[in-house]
Amino acid sequence: MRRYSILALARNALGYHEGWERAWRAPEPKPEYDAIIVGGGGHGLATAYYLAKEHGITNVAVLEKGWLGGGNTGRNTTIVRSNYLWDESAALYEHSLKIWEGLSQELNYNVMFSQRGVMNLAHNLHDLRELKRRAHANRLNGIDCDFLSREQVGEYCPLINLSPDIRHPVLGATLQRRGGVARHDAVAWGFARAADARGVDIIQNCEVTGILREGGRVTGVETSRGTIRAKKIGLVTAGHSSVLAGMAGIRLPVESHPLQALVSEPVKPILDTVVMSNTVHAYVSQSDKGEMVIGAGIDPYVSYSQRGGFNVVQDTLHAIVEMFPMFSRLRMLRQWGGIVDTCPDASPILSKTPIEGLYINCGWGTGGFKATPGSGHVFAHTIARDEPHPLNAPFSLERFTTGRLVDEHGAAAVAH
Amino acid sequence: MLTIPCPWCGERDVHEFRSGGEAHLKRESRTDNLSDAEWADFLFLRANPKGEHAERWYHVHGCRRWFNAVRNTHTDTILAVYKPGEAKSEVSQ
Amino acid sequence: MSQSHRLPAGGRIDRSRSLSFTFDGTRYSGHPGDTLASALIANGVHLVGRSFKYHRPRGILTAGSEEPNALIQLGLGNRTEPNIRATQIELYDGLTAASQNRFPSLEFDLGAVNDTLSPLIPAGFYYKTFMWPQRGWMTYERAIRRMAGLGRAPDGPDPDRYEYRHAHCDVLVAGGGAAGLAAALAAGRAGARVIIADEQAEMGGWLLSEGDTEISAKPAVDWVEKAVTELAGMENVTLLRRTTAFGYYDHNWLGLAERVTDHLGPYAADHLPRQRLWQVRAKQVVLATGAIERPLVFGQNDRPGIMLAASLRSYISRYGARPGKALVVFTNNDSGYRTALAAHHAGIGVAAIIDSRAEASGPLPQSARAAGLRIYEGHAIIATTGRLRVDSVRLGRLAASGDRIEGAGFGIPCDLVAMSGGWNPNVSLFSQSRGKLDFRAEDGVFVPGQSFQPLRSAGACNGVLSTADCLAEGFAAGAEAAREAGFANRKPAALKVTEPDCPAAAPFWLAPPEKPLARAKCFVDFQNDVTAADLKLAVREGFQSVEHVKRYTTTGMGTDQGRTSNVNALAIVSATLGMEMPAVGTTTFRPPYTPTSFGAIAGRNIGALFDPVRRTPIHEWHAAHGAKFENVGQWVRAWYYPKPGEDMHAAVNREVKAARTGVGILDASTLGKIMVKGPDAAEFLNRVYTNSWLKLGIGKARYGLMLGEDGMVRDDGVTVRLGEDRFLMSTTTGNAATVMTSLEDYLQTEWPELKVYLTSVTEQYATITINGPKSRELLAALTDDIDTGNEAFPHMSLREGTVAGVPARVIRISFTGELSFEINVRASQGKAVWEALIEAGAPFDITPYGTEAMHVLRAEKGFIIVGQETDGSMTPDDLGMGWAVSKVKPDFVGKRSLTRSDTVREGRKQLVGLLTEDPKEVLEEGAHVVQVALQQPPMAMLGHVTSSYYSPNLERSIALAVLKGGRALIGKTLSVPMPDKVIKVTVTEPVFFDPKGERANG
Repeated sequence: MRRYSILALARNALGYHEGWERAWRAPEPKPEYDAIIVGGGGHGLATAYYLAKEHGITNVAVLEKGWLGGGNTGRNTTIVRSNYLWDESAALYEHSLKIWEGLSQELNYNVMFSQRGVMNLAHNLHDLRELKRRAHANRLNGIDCDFLSREQVGEYCPLINLSPDIRHPVLGATLQRRGGVARHDAVAWGFARAADARGVDIIQNCEVTGILREGGRVTGVETSRGTIRAKKIGLVTAGHSSVLAGMAGIRLPVESHPLQALVSEPVKPILDTVVMSNTVHAYVSQSDKGEMVIGAGIDPYVSYSQRGGFNVVQDTLHAIVEMFPMFSRLRMLRQWGGIVDTCPDASPILSKTPIEGLYINCGWGTGGFKATPGSGHVFAHTIARDEPHPLNAPFSLERFTTGRLVDEHGAAAVAH
Repeated sequence: MLTIPCPWCGERDVHEFRSGGEAHLKRESRTDNLSDAEWADFLFLRANPKGEHAERWYHVHGCRRWFNAVRNTHTDTILAVYKPGEAKSEVSQ
Repeated sequence: MSQSHRLPAGGRIDRSRSLSFTFDGTRYSGHPGDTLASALIANGVHLVGRSFKYHRPRGILTAGSEEPNALIQLGLGNRTEPNIRATQIELYDGLTAASQNRFPSLEFDLGAVNDTLSPLIPAGFYYKTFMWPQRGWMTYERAIRRMAGLGRAPDGPDPDRYEYRHAHCDVLVAGGGAAGLAAALAAGRAGARVIIADEQAEMGGWLLSEGDTEISAKPAVDWVEKAVTELAGMENVTLLRRTTAFGYYDHNWLGLAERVTDHLGPYAADHLPRQRLWQVRAKQVVLATGAIERPLVFGQNDRPGIMLAASLRSYISRYGARPGKALVVFTNNDSGYRTALAAHHAGIGVAAIIDSRAEASGPLPQSARAAGLRIYEGHAIIATTGRLRVDSVRLGRLAASGDRIEGAGFGIPCDLVAMSGGWNPNVSLFSQSRGKLDFRAEDGVFVPGQSFQPLRSAGACNGVLSTADCLAEGFAAGAEAAREAGFANRKPAALKVTEPDCPAAAPFWLAPPEKPLARAKCFVDFQNDVTAADLKLAVREGFQSVEHVKRYTTTGMGTDQGRTSNVNALAIVSATLGMEMPAVGTTTFRPPYTPTSFGAIAGRNIGALFDPVRRTPIHEWHAAHGAKFENVGQWVRAWYYPKPGEDMHAAVNREVKAARTGVGILDASTLGKIMVKGPDAAEFLNRVYTNSWLKLGIGKARYGLMLGEDGMVRDDGVTVRLGEDRFLMSTTTGNAATVMTSLEDYLQTEWPELKVYLTSVTEQYATITINGPKSRELLAALTDDIDTGNEAFPHMSLREGTVAGVPARVIRISFTGELSFEINVRASQGKAVWEALIEAGAPFDITPYGTEAMHVLRAEKGFIIVGQETDGSMTPDDLGMGWAVSKVKPDFVGKRSLTRSDTVREGRKQLVGLLTEDPKEVLEEGAHVVQVALQQPPMAMLGHVTSSYYSPNLERSIALAVLKGGRALIGKTLSVPMPDKVIKVTVTEPVFFDPKGERANG
């Protein structure tokens, strides 16, 4: 792998940039690999990278039915944070956040991880209680998390409508300063390039159509480009997890839903942090290009169509305009949908399966992007050692049988 | 923006309805006879197919009645609707 | 103020009136009918903006909504809008516009240093650098962000108003050009309800710009006028001008954005909204969205003064403007000649027509020859010059292969270049509708193929070019759509059209530039500064899927969504890969078709209408008596009632004391109330609650816990039996709707054999709780038909009678541990009864108390609040409420989960009380408890404080917490580490006050 740097750019400029090599090869699939990763999104590519780097397993193929990063990796609103409530989640996401902090250097690819802070707003006493609970838990878990008063919210992000007279006034917020956003495509491309450099075969336009098994263990996959054998197979196909697992006869505690997002036209920088509100349901940050990147809600029905109802977009923009009244005259430039796997407890599955040699990574719901490097890291461990890393042990499939869920919905509704 | 033909009210916009997930999951009347795994299956495991999906809908902002539908989850085309207790209609594409 | 570049006559502008406007502070004038773009051109202004990345000077490329360059900051202050296309801004008097993305001025922009650096910063350069030092990106990013971003957001809240309109129709026609008007006519005449929407101020589309076309032996615009008049006269037809069909969603639902007053500027009437969002459900749709001219890709093809050929015709014919004096046309098809002839007839000098084809022999080229115009066949522009405007082109003879130049290039001076690379059908909405595109190789275009929803495409968006074909397809599509929607009709007669013959163009994707490609600046995406060299670089680096190319180079990612660039980009990528275009793919078209304001999408659902406000029937009294309120879900509840000079603490202490010493009064109307009625009502309750209900006597009340099937506590409340087959259930305030939905679900789908009806009656009743030792006396004073005696009216029972003269259900229950009565009356009588109670309670110093005091009172008793002590992970046993779970019932919702391995394991979190060492110290809710506080995190946490208050009755702080193995920790001292200190606490039973529960029975 030839290293990227400003000097490399200057050198290549002299040669009219004709000297750049491919970021990753486009090999023909071999008949057999030591391990196959199904799914060329961020999580799958990261898994392959860490299999090669941490576990010396380099005879690995990543099979992608379309183009790398074309699923949720390239469709999400790129928020990275680790301020989760439960110890199990906090540990997993913090592991990931720590990797994010050096990821550009590790991959020699600028993933533009911008630690501009992530703010979660509280709009009522219930919110305040829940956010404080989370903030205290984060603090004792060693995760940075400040609690901001209403006035401090205004200082940190002057655009927010702080009027006490609005329907759901802002009462305070948590702020994770180490949180932020990253460039989603670059994460897929950076991991692909780095994995390729360590010998991983990245094979696009290769759809897995069957999972081969013999005597309770996997032996390979059928694909649109022929049979490929391997004794270890990791499924990392967010959105289509049930479809792939179904090929191996496994039912998952997962539903696939549309999740929509949108961006405004680009404007000069005015929003310097990430603002999230569960109560009014608004998530927004401003991309480096200047677009307001806005996450909408999940459509409530199962769908694989990568599109949802416009009413969900409307609901989101009600909240955005309410929270940021000067955004009313900005214009929606693009709107799109992805397919998210949702788990009953809003936590992911990173697990062995009842079939030997078959591993699954799914169920990230709306929040998988932030976990990309950490998820790949512990999932590679799970595949290489055939046992979970301590960080992903709580996220097994068995938890649905034992009842030991990691319920990150929190207290959804306020009572009394 | 789906249009859903409620079997009682006729075609209405999707936002009048609440989705109830997979249909025809049978809750046993004596749940204590079930093993942990069987119970987990009922509670959490879902077909979640890409294609024809028998699913439940609740006309919450309408007649407030539940019903079933068969919808293709890839195209979002609704192929049939039927009332609770009725068998899943024969749906052919 | 002279419009130096206005033609002496012609155009659809009102020359009798002048409008004054400013651009970058300079005052100009134009006419009604002008766009900002046409008015600027009429004033000789071509330089209108700077490009996104290289800050190159840019002019007006098009005359329509596909404009990538001429993005304007329109208006000032709170009403300013960034990135508005000058080609879509209708001129009004006093309009203020400014260019964007330049500093200090449009003519001299420091950002243009990027252009000089361009060899160093090709596509995707930022992925390869800015990585050192590790935290350096934050610094680089700040600078990069400042350079990016185009226009400015408004300074403050939007003062304007937006409306929604919901509509159904039989046929929706998107686009009001030749095909669209014809379709609307056909469908309208058949009697179908038709909505026709067009994004421009005038219907007619390109017909408004083609002076050389006749329909039925009259100028095309006459036919437009006639068609519009006929449509306007039909009651079943809605004509929407200035309305963009921006999104095509599932099941034929389309979003239309109508710009109601934008064109009026400050002269809009106050009653009108600024924009209106039409939400249309159509039985059938006709897409008549036209076609967009394709730019040619050649060296420095981006200079101001270089525009699309048909757009130039539009400026000449429709706007009566003269964009230049010396025109060079560069074309690969005959329509370039049409422009040359139009310019020639308008008195614009035509310096040259450069045609990439070896031979041009159609009728239009022949006319051009006859007019004496200089034609260079088999030539291409290889470079252009000019700093802020093009001042010459350089051209050369194309080799037969078309990919290189033979011989030396030469220059032709000019101030205007018109380019025509053929036409791309505008398939955006079709593609949004999930339709599949077909590729037509002969002219390299994507046309609608198999459609998925009930729609048809007609006219130029369907790949036909002539007006005659557009009209014929429009009539046919409209008639067919009406027929499909149930309106029989006959085939309309064809109209006679006279127009120049303009066959489809053979593609010419990339003119070989004079300089090496990497330096030649052959722009493909003008707005995002993506060149042919960038595309080839992406391919070289392995970004070969069209989506990868798009994302890596940003081509097609601008505010024009690549309207003028996508097909060219795809062609160049395909050629580089040596693949067919369809094999490389086409990019996904995503809504909206053109940018749509957040305000229009949000409509009126902001401010006071953002979320419904639910107030109790007694709300006004609370407000009049100085209550502070809190939001609980959609409800607004009285929080506390401070007296003058009291802070919250003092007020709440007073309220809490009063409720235990005298009588307090609480508005509990927000509690959910569900009437459960039917012969199987008791059996139903028996299944949905954890405890037994079959034997509850009539007139008795019982507390119930409701679980999810996962065994976790989801709701609680008291239900009373009104009769053999009637129960009144109460739920928590926040969960009322969820509980109702869930109960209906069980009833209708799991247990349809049960004869039970559910009715939500939350808003039918006002619920007033009087509480405290004096509450019985107070109740007795206001009722003469209810025996309030302790035996006659025991705890957990119901009496029906009159209170304050109105029918009431009185339930003796307690959420405070005191003697307490809950009085339910008709909602309409709630306020009167409340006032009567207040008046009758005066001798007892009756004290209204709010939710905060209620919380303290119940916490003193260790009563849980669902959503505060619970979070979806607590079982009844965790809460110490195993007593509420029947051991004998064969089944109830959630029962099975209570014996799963995790729900019976040791070490689950359990509800306990906490007392601080310092009785004055009130713990923070949400604080976490540890065995031993360490100097540094991480620390193993046992659980958290769920409720914490100062208890005036106990004269100390109290707290509830859920701790791992909590009940075994009772008596132990633990720590609560706060950021600034560690608080010692002792674990106790969760009941602090009257543990034997004697007071409620007193």
